Formats: sequence, structure tokens, C-alpha cells
Amino acid sequence: MNSTLAILAILDGISYAALVFLVSVGLSLIFGVLRVVNVAHGSLYAFGAYLAATFSLAIAPISPWLTYPALLAASIVIGFVCGGFIERFLLRPLSGQEDVLQLLITFAAFMIMDNLQRLIWGVQPIFAAEPLRLLPNVAVFGVSYTSYQVILLPGVALATLFGLRYFLRRTLSGAVILAVTEDREASTAIGIDAKRVYFVTFVIGASLAALGGALASPTTSLVPGMGADMIVLSFAVAATAGLGQIEGTALTALMIGLTRAFVIYLQPEFEVLVPYLLMVLVLLVRPFGLFGAVQVRKI
Amino acid sequence: MQFLKAAVAAGLVVATFTGTSLAQTKPSELKIGITTFLSGPASVFGVPAKAAAEMIAEDLNKKGGIGGVPVKLSFIDEGAGGEALVSNYRRVVQDEKVDATFASISSGSCTQLVPVAEDLKVMNFMWDCGAASILETKKYRYNFRTQANGTPEMLAVLLYLLKTKPDFKTIAVVNQDYAWGRESWEIFSTALKAMKPDVQVVAELFPKFGAPDYSTEVSRLLALRPDVVLTTSWGGDLDTLVRQAGQRGLLQQSTFVLGIGESSIQRLGKDLPEGLIVGARGDHWFLHPEKKNDAAFKAFNEAFKAKTGAWPIYPVYHMAQAFKALQTAYDKAIKSNGGNWPTREQVVDATAGTEFATGFGRPITLRPEDNQGLEAQLVGVTKSVPGYDFKLLDNIMIFDPKMITNPAGVRSVEWLKTLKPDFVKMDVPTFKAQ
Repeated sequence: MNSTLAILAILDGISYAALVFLVSVGLSLIFGVLRVVNVAHGSLYAFGAYLAATFSLAIAPISPWLTYPALLAASIVIGFVCGGFIERFLLRPLSGQEDVLQLLITFAAFMIMDNLQRLIWGVQPIFAAEPLRLLPNVAVFGVSYTSYQVILLPGVALATLFGLRYFLRRTLSGAVILAVTEDREASTAIGIDAKRVYFVTFVIGASLAALGGALASPTTSLVPGMGADMIVLSFAVAATAGLGQIEGTALTALMIGLTRAFVIYLQPEFEVLVPYLLMVLVLLVRPFGLFGAVQVRKI
Repeated sequence: MQFLKAAVAAGLVVATFTGTSLAQTKPSELKIGITTFLSGPASVFGVPAKAAAEMIAEDLNKKGGIGGVPVKLSFIDEGAGGEALVSNYRRVVQDEKVDATFASISSGSCTQLVPVAEDLKVMNFMWDCGAASILETKKYRYNFRTQANGTPEMLAVLLYLLKTKPDFKTIAVVNQDYAWGRESWEIFSTALKAMKPDVQVVAELFPKFGAPDYSTEVSRLLALRPDVVLTTSWGGDLDTLVRQAGQRGLLQQSTFVLGIGESSIQRLGKDLPEGLIVGARGDHWFLHPEKKNDAAFKAFNEAFKAKTGAWPIYPVYHMAQAFKALQTAYDKAIKSNGGNWPTREQVVDATAGTEFATGFGRPITLRPEDNQGLEAQLVGVTKSVPGYDFKLLDNIMIFDPKMITNPAGVRSVEWLKTLKPDFVKMDVPTFKAQ
């Protein structure tokens, strides 16, 4: 592989990693705070994508540039409505019970949402590429890229990463979330409303999943089953990084994105295996993930 | 005299009982079990096919049904897959006691259900699955394929490419990483090596089934600059690939061949440029050049468009073929049975070797040696035509199935290896879009 192809592979890897990070970070955040592996995360991604496409198709005739706020609006709506509903009515009643029940209830939510998606948007693929068409292509060594994928998506991913870091480490609300994550009993004792923290965190995580879907919607066809594929991939990323590790999720997404891109250039038959092969290799050596740490069980 | 009376009475009794044993009682309804994808990505085929089945059954029943018996449909979701699909199939056959089944879309489903149908002695029409190997490895009595298989489907597309772009030197493939993606490439590449051995395969890419992003594949192909890019992908995967390739100029750089792209044309709309070669898994096209002025064909297409919002695509026509094959077989069996309702075995006997015509394409023959359907293949190139917000097919060629289907008893790949460069020179009629 010459240096030109290597640079092309790096650009492809970064673009893919950006999208994967945006979806996986919500899953990681929810696990980090609520200790819930949210299987419905894939459905939130799919709902975000479908609603964004619906908004985009509706608003594009008025002004194509309004499709950008439409993507954001769709993410927030899905985060609040679907994420809020799941946390308030499905997860909260199971608080303090066996972890497996939370896993099962989010799996049930995933199945229901998968069917709802078919009922609302049908089974024919939907495509709403207006936001992508608005931005020009850029040429790298004679190969054309869409600036939406190589500039905008990585930009949004970086903004999300640093925004989350800032929010959690530099704001009072972030400090409250970290306090509840560290010790729920102690933080409740000093007057923090842990239930509210869980609700807000879940809504943020759900909004991030929906944002991933919304930003993916201009680049891909929306089809039944898209949520199932994404939950598997995002779980692989989050588990490889170590569940709850936000910066680790970013680095792992980048590692998977770059490895996948180079594999497609060099040994394309291994493309499908890459994320899962990396996950298995990492978990064999570090069972808590690349950036995870052994937790001391409280008794 | 007493003896004569007794003999006449005995004769009457024997005649009565013999008569009833040959003539089945006409049932109140003819039950058909249909497996189709109602969930998952392949529901892009399964749901329109279900709509077609309901439409055809309603129309059939209005006209008195099959042999005067109305048909009743039961649907099984192929999306459930695996054991659930087999269990549901058994339930429909054994509990609901269907008279025939149409199974399935996926070759994986067909591979699972064909032995079950054989075991349960229920007549089954493989109405859409394309894996040639199913009928090449074993002779079945109760299983028939009412359409072509992957071999003539891919060979027709390759022949079209070789006839219209004979000078290409390099080719790349981007197929979904599952049975159809791999098998269709094996058929295409084997025939290509036999007929044009100087072509270099520069990339074989098999992205994950359902992949949401093909950016890296597109980059690699832009860098490799192959003369031809083949894809036999379908559904959302094909739509995504074509759109991402189009946005980055790949569709303009290489000649794209969409092996089964007919089903995506309407959805891709203006994103599909002119000049792409498109196959149709049979001679299926809502503007079929030999049928487009036929009143029944137009009425069916318009009724389907009114019901679903889209013109029919190939699984719709495949479903119509299964119904027509069943109707033809029953009519034939009833006739051979002296006008009486036939037994199941008589219907199976009548099905082998049947020729039937839906009127939506050329007639199809169920080859008696292996129960494989011989179906013509339509291939064309995309073209903008005023009045349509999607591309139509132009320079359509319709290939004779007898020329491009492997002989019974010879495995597809072995037959494809024997093809010679002169094979391309076969005469094929060409039709313009308007």
C-alpha cells in the first residue's frame, strides 16, 4: 500500500469512526451512570434516523438549509420522548432489582420499537440526502469525498466528545451526575435527586443515539432492521473501550474505523470481522476493556 | 333371474364406490400457505409480494377461483427464520391443511423448507429463491421452481455487458456478504472467465449485509478505476451503495452493472444516472416491451400501483407466476381426471412439465427432468424518459431461457466453464424504451 492509499484509508476510517462514536458514546454514558446495558439503543438510533428523514423531507422544499436544524430537532425529540419514556416507565420501576430484568425490559422495548418503526415508516427504504448534497465534495489525490462525511461528521463527533467532557467535569450538573455515578447512597444523603439524574442521563444518552441516526440519515438508506445492526456494533465498541469510558469510546471507535478501512484496502474479506475480532482480542487480555478498570464490589 | 338381479346390484355398488374413489369431493376452499418476508430488510420484496398475492387471490375468487373453488391464503413471515420458520411451515401444512405452499424468497429458507415439503408430501412452489443448487443436487417430486434461478439471471446480465461494452479490461465486484452475494459472483465470474478470459478482476468486496456505509469501498474503487463495477446487492444496501457512489462520481467513472437492480429503480429516482446496466430476475418490467400494450397487463400494473403506490417489481410478478402455475396445474389435472376434482398426487403429476403464461412476460415451462422453471431474462440500460421521475430501461434485451439455462443434470458452474467466447454472439432481440 502506498502513502496515497494510506491517506485515503485514514480519511475513510475517520469518517466511519465519527459515526460509530456518536452512536456508541450514548450507550457507554448510560451504562456508566445507570449501569444499564440499553438494548433499545439501536432502536433509538433508528428512530432518530427515520424522524430526521421525515423532518428533512418535509422542510427541504421550504429551505434545504433548514434540514440541519431538523436533524438536531429529531434527535432531541426522540431523546426526550422515547428515552424519557423508557427510563421513567420501564427502567425506574425495576430500579434496585436484578440487572438481568433491566436488560430484558430494554430488549422488549427494542422489539416493540422495531415493530412500531415498521408500522410508522413502512418497509421500503427511505433516503433523505438533502443535508449531504448541500455541502460540496472535496478531492484528495484525485479521489472525491463528500465534505459532510470527512469534515462535518468528524467535527460533530469531536464537538460531542469535548462537549461531554466539559459538561461532566466543568459544570455543576455534570458534577452531580458524576457524584451519583460514584456513590448513589451518599449523593442522595446530601440531597441530590438520583432519580432525576438518571432520567437526565438517559435522555442525553438516548439523544446521542438518535443524533447518530439523524446524522447517518443523509448518507444511508433507512431500512427495517437497521437498529439491530447498530446495537451490535455500538456494543462491540463500548465493550472494547470499557463500558462507561467516554474518551475510551472515542479512541476505540477511531481504532475500529481505521482498522476496518485498512482491511478493506488490503484484505477486504475480513471487513465484517474487524470490530468483533478486536473486541475478542481486547477482552481476552483486558476483560474490563481497553480503558476500563476493575471495580471494587461494595458490600 | 335372481342371479341377474344380484349381479346388477353388485355391479351398481362397485361402480358407485369405484367412482367416488377416483373423484375427490370438491373442497369448499383451496388453501395456499405462502412464506414471504414481512419483517427485516427483505420485506422490500416480501411486502409487495404479499400485496400482489392478496390482489391476485381476490381477482381469482371473483372469477370463481381455481376449478370453481375459491382460494384462501395463509402467510408465514420468513423474517422469523430458522426453526421458527420451519415450525410455522409445518403448522400451516399439518394443522391448517393447506393444499399447496409457495416457499420462499430467501434461498436459505428454500433450502430449509424444500425437504420438509417433500417429507410432508405437500406441493411446494419455490416462487422467488434463486439458488440453482437446490434442484441440481436432488430430484424432488413435490417441489417446483416457478421461475428461473441465479444462473440464467446472472448469465443474461453478463451477456448484455459483453454485447454492449465488449472492450472492458478490468472489473470489480461489491456484493452483500451472504449466500446470494457470493453465489451470484461465482456464477458471473465463472462465465466471464470462460467467455472473456483476458479481463482482470481488480477488487472483490463483500461488505456486511445491511452495511450502512460504503464510503471506504467507494474510495477504493475510485482509486482503482475499474472499467466495470458489478453489484448484485438489493434493497436498502443497493440504494445506499448507488447513492454514495453517485455522490462521489464513481457511477460516472465506471460502468455500473446492477444485477437485480430492477427492484430499486423507482426508489432511486433521479439519483440513478443514465447508462447503468440493470437486470430484472426474469423478464419483469412494468413496461415489458412485448406486453406493455396488453390490456390485462396494464390493468394489473395500474391496480397494483393504486393499491401500493408503486409500480410492480419482480417479486410481484414472481408471485403471479406461482399462482398461474398452480391454476394451470389444477386445470390440467381436472381435465385429465375427466372433469372431477383431482387428488393431490394427480395435481403433482400434472405440474411436472407444465407450461404456463401469466400474460405479464413470456411463458414459463417447468422442466420435467428437475422441476426447474425456464424463464426468459430481461436486461436493459437506464435512461431518462419525460413523464417519469425515475429512470426507465432502454435497449432492452430479452434472453431465451433455453439458451442460457444449464441443461438438467449438469451443475451450473460446470456448465458455465464450458461456455466459449462465441456464446456472446447469440441473437437477442433489442427493444427501445418508447
